Amino acid sequence: MPYIPTRYFCLIAAVITVAIAAASRLVTNDYFFFAGYVVLQYVVMSTAWNILGGYTGYVNFGTAGFFAIGAYTAVVLHKLFAPWLPVSIVAGGVLAGLVGLGMGYLTLRLRGVFFAIATLALAIVLQTLVTNWDFVGGSRGVYIIRPATGPFGHGYIEYLFLTMLVLSTISICVARAIEHSKLGYGLATIRDDELAAEASGVPTLKLKLIATMLSGALMGMCGAPLPYYVTYLDPSSGFNLAFAVNSIAMPLIGGTSSWLGPVIGALLLATIQQIATVTISSALNLLIVGVIMVGFVTVAPNGIIGLFERGGRARRRPAQKEAA
Amino acid sequence: MSALLQIDRLGKRFGGFVALESIDLAVAAGERVGLIGPNGSGKSTLVNCIAGALRNESGSVTFDGKRLDGLAAHSRTRLGLARSFQLPKPFHSMTVAENLHVPALYTVNARHGQHLSHAEIDRRVEHVLTQVGLQEKANRRPRDLTQIEMRKLELARAMTADPKLLIADEAMAGLSHSEVDDILALLMRLNAQGVTVIMIEHIMRAVMTFSQRLVVLVAGRKIADGAPEDVVRNPEVVKAYIGE
Repeated sequence: MPYIPTRYFCLIAAVITVAIAAASRLVTNDYFFFAGYVVLQYVVMSTAWNILGGYTGYVNFGTAGFFAIGAYTAVVLHKLFAPWLPVSIVAGGVLAGLVGLGMGYLTLRLRGVFFAIATLALAIVLQTLVTNWDFVGGSRGVYIIRPATGPFGHGYIEYLFLTMLVLSTISICVARAIEHSKLGYGLATIRDDELAAEASGVPTLKLKLIATMLSGALMGMCGAPLPYYVTYLDPSSGFNLAFAVNSIAMPLIGGTSSWLGPVIGALLLATIQQIATVTISSALNLLIVGVIMVGFVTVAPNGIIGLFERGGRARRRPAQKEAA
Repeated sequence: MSALLQIDRLGKRFGGFVALESIDLAVAAGERVGLIGPNGSGKSTLVNCIAGALRNESGSVTFDGKRLDGLAAHSRTRLGLARSFQLPKPFHSMTVAENLHVPALYTVNARHGQHLSHAEIDRRVEHVLTQVGLQEKANRRPRDLTQIEMRKLELARAMTADPKLLIADEAMAGLSHSEVDDILALLMRLNAQGVTVIMIEHIMRAVMTFSQRLVVLVAGRKIADGAPEDVVRNPEVVKAYIGE
């Protein structure tokens, strides 16, 4: 496949986003937007997870923590002055990014399973804090009254769907840009061999911090619209284990070596889950994930993308004047 | 002449085990130094302390007039201190040429405070690949390489970092007689180009051919330092290798 420079890639992604948004105007059934929102939410989450877990090789079990930071930032802002949703999204992203940076600084000297456990611990600590914070409803949870219409006259669910569509496009463009940059090269060396990366001049700690911050920020942005989607948010739903499990399973099923893997994995798995929720039972969701995971680990350990790559994917040289 | 690498009273412990005890070593620019010692004598620990992979508890390392204490490994590489690993550590997801792009991007650019163009990086990588004889394998993955090619890739990656000092950690381990000569010739050529080389090796034929000076470590202590022909006759060295 010919290489498309990142700026053209983002332009094409923007055009596709506008086309999907325009086509969605033809949809009259609100369920499409309810289900589509969840699928796109997982596109963002798995893409964000893959920046640290796939590109860098650091498995993050704390996805739900970063996601909930975004959600609860939106709750706090809503209770204070109910801003425009994009303001909450940016605030959630910034806060989650900063927490990612802090967590990275504290934990990135750990490797493998120790790092994974540390990220899980972060999510548990955050959940405990929120559970004991009355302002955001504590363990009782909090109700958010969803406006009837969005700022452009759409139904609010349609507005949330379009918002998540834009966030998906942003996260995909960020992941694609990283993949073909000097930063992406550096992250790949960390995944392959951190000691050799340092010996080759790669500032591994700095790059890992950038990856943790970007990954956390995208997860936080993704979580910010959640309170308006569910209208009732409590710690057990905000910090739901399913977020962590799905955001790991989707890139693994799609393939972690490129931006496309998490997108394919999320579209596939989240769509199957939505269909199963309606046709069978929502309790089956994690069972479906487990069964598909076992299948892929056995048959296609490099995910769907890996099935189409003979001898590994050729990397693109990074842009000449990339930072980091 | 001031030393390119100056090590003073370097010490390293792992819990109660003393891996290095008050090591002093000075290496002049352009020198070829052989570092030998039985297994477990502390050779790799010394390399790791010099390269920044391990932190020494006492003493100091000075390179090209700069104290390296507390400096991360990548910063030391950027100063011109490159090392190869005893067990090759290629970047498996990349091709051979891409493996060399990494130090070109992250080390050469950072040291000279400039961004090399794609063409310049390609030229640099191609030059190193030709030097080590891997140009035919530029687009292959490390898993397709033979043992000696893997060793060459390891050295080539260190060479692409444009080093002033190269530490080759057992670059000839497991190679045949002719392959050892091949790596030896490569290190000699590199030294002729002005790169200072410290060679850690068990193959005495290679060590004696290569080294202008021989340093011997035993149980974390330096027991000999001098001309190779004198060092191998040193009774303490003979005792360490052959026994009483």
